[in-house]
Amino acid sequence: MTDTEAQPVRARGLVKRYKEILAVDHIDLNVEAGDVYGFLGPNGAGKTTTLRMALGLITPTEGAVELFGRDPLREGARALEGVAGFVEAPRFYPYLSARKNLELLAALDGADAARRIEEVLAVVELSPRAKHRVGGYSHGMRQRLGIAAALLRSPRLLILDEPATGLDPAGMRDMRLLIRRLADEGITILLSSHQLPEVQELCDRVAIVDSGRVVYEGALADLRRQGGAGYRLRTTDDARALQVMGTQPGVEHPVAGEHGIGFQSQESHVGALSLALAQAGVGILALTPELATLEDLFFRLTESDAAEPFARPAKGGSDSTGSLVGTS
Amino acid sequence: MSSVAAPATAPRAAHLRRPSTIAVYRWELRKLVSQKRTYMGLALAVILPLIFVIVQNVHQHQGRQGDSIFASEITQSGLATPVLMLLFESVFFLPLIASLVAGDIVAAEDGNGTLKTILTRSVDRSQVFTAKLLAAATYGALAVFLSAAVATVGGILSWGFNQITTFSGSIVSASEGLLLVFAANACYLIPLLTVACIGVLLSTATRNSTASVVGTIGFVILLFILAGIPGLEGLKPYLLTEQFQNWQGLLRTPTDWAPVWHSLWVCALYAGPALFAAYLVFLRRDVAGG
Repeated sequence: MTDTEAQPVRARGLVKRYKEILAVDHIDLNVEAGDVYGFLGPNGAGKTTTLRMALGLITPTEGAVELFGRDPLREGARALEGVAGFVEAPRFYPYLSARKNLELLAALDGADAARRIEEVLAVVELSPRAKHRVGGYSHGMRQRLGIAAALLRSPRLLILDEPATGLDPAGMRDMRLLIRRLADEGITILLSSHQLPEVQELCDRVAIVDSGRVVYEGALADLRRQGGAGYRLRTTDDARALQVMGTQPGVEHPVAGEHGIGFQSQESHVGALSLALAQAGVGILALTPELATLEDLFFRLTESDAAEPFARPAKGGSDSTGSLVGTS
Repeated sequence: MSSVAAPATAPRAAHLRRPSTIAVYRWELRKLVSQKRTYMGLALAVILPLIFVIVQNVHQHQGRQGDSIFASEITQSGLATPVLMLLFESVFFLPLIASLVAGDIVAAEDGNGTLKTILTRSVDRSQVFTAKLLAAATYGALAVFLSAAVATVGGILSWGFNQITTFSGSIVSASEGLLLVFAANACYLIPLLTVACIGVLLSTATRNSTASVVGTIGFVILLFILAGIPGLEGLKPYLLTEQFQNWQGLLRTPTDWAPVWHSLWVCALYAGPALFAAYLVFLRRDVAGG
């Protein structure tokens, strides 16, 4: 298998232990060519540590990670060919201008990169400020410069750790559009983010980590399907409706809110529920299906035992249909 | 960013030509040149000989040239000034200047988070380490020769380009004296670059600029203290600080190479393990900061 055919990211059994603290606990990742792959998890879940191991910045306690079939720890910089990105905030030399910073990084990349400086500055719209010292840049400008620095390498795999953090709404929108555009250009993107709507909009596959372990990896659509069909019900008498719902088999987690009662159920049980409500004299004003949002699923996976709300496939799977793993 | 296209070549390419270590070294120098603190040490290297020359000139005009044992020799030849400055600065000031950059060169990048930036490019850690080491050594050497140049020019302008008396009492011509001044400073680089190696080790291991700079100077001071403790005289020839005067062998007639060769192997005993340890730490360290 040549490096162009190999998986952009393939991690197996990654463990990182800091004395008593287990930061990463046997993480497997499979990022396929062309993926826009969301890497999600609460703070301290081990996302950044995993990305650092992927880039060869820190050594795994156990396991290995390969980028296009190459291990950064064994092959050093060669393993990073075609790979770019940043972990945590992108960092630059504050006493140098943006252009000088890029010149330096281009010098560390090789001859081709230096010719792309103006082009990447234009991509992130920093050309007018390129001669200014990075020390005077806003957080958003540094994030954009981080993208520019990554693009210098003509990456086939872009690893971005919270690229929209600290950006204003317009900056976040622009960042989303840029990532989408880069993905459309054929760049595989591994995106670690707290911005769940952003991930839902951009990513086709995701891994969700919690306490150092992957609790889901696979297609986002499959995750949402596994999350169970959700419905929203508006009635003439919500209190009575809740009583009825409590007696109905297959109707789960009914919660009354400002916009009616949300609940989860299979379609086969919804018909029976509507009949039961009618028999109880509760008028149905609206009954609408709602797919679980990534945010709903994220919190259910990371704030409780993931086995509860989902039908659990075989442990450890990582095929394209997605699977919940490692939470027992 | 919304209205612009991604680079046309983005999804392809990726086979970048690997940069040479020399290219990385050049950038290390450019980074040094761009930092204000770089100039603090160099300013010290320039100011000290200037002050020395000015003060001696004032003393001379006040008719007090006989006050110190050096004063009469100084006024005989401008070439005595760089020799006296080296004697004076070699003990503390030049090691301090060298450690300012050596102790900072890795730790500062760690603190700023830029180490992760450069280690995710197309250069290996060994290249980055070598470039940083060379840059620290270059800075130390520049400080030595800058100080020597200022002292030489100041001395010659004040007291002329005349023959000079060596430590053994013989007299050498001005041109030979100039060559000896250069050789003495070059010889002094042996222990000074050893100090820089220790600075790089501390910079790599502690990840803290202040701790590394202070630690390097502290190590030098510790060796001076050890040298002064009664009963440890046997240790003295093997202390790094004793090698700071190795260059004096060149200013004797005939040239005494013994202290030079001695300092070479003694310094190697300090620099070798320090460099090896620094290299291993740099290669294997987790870059988790920033």
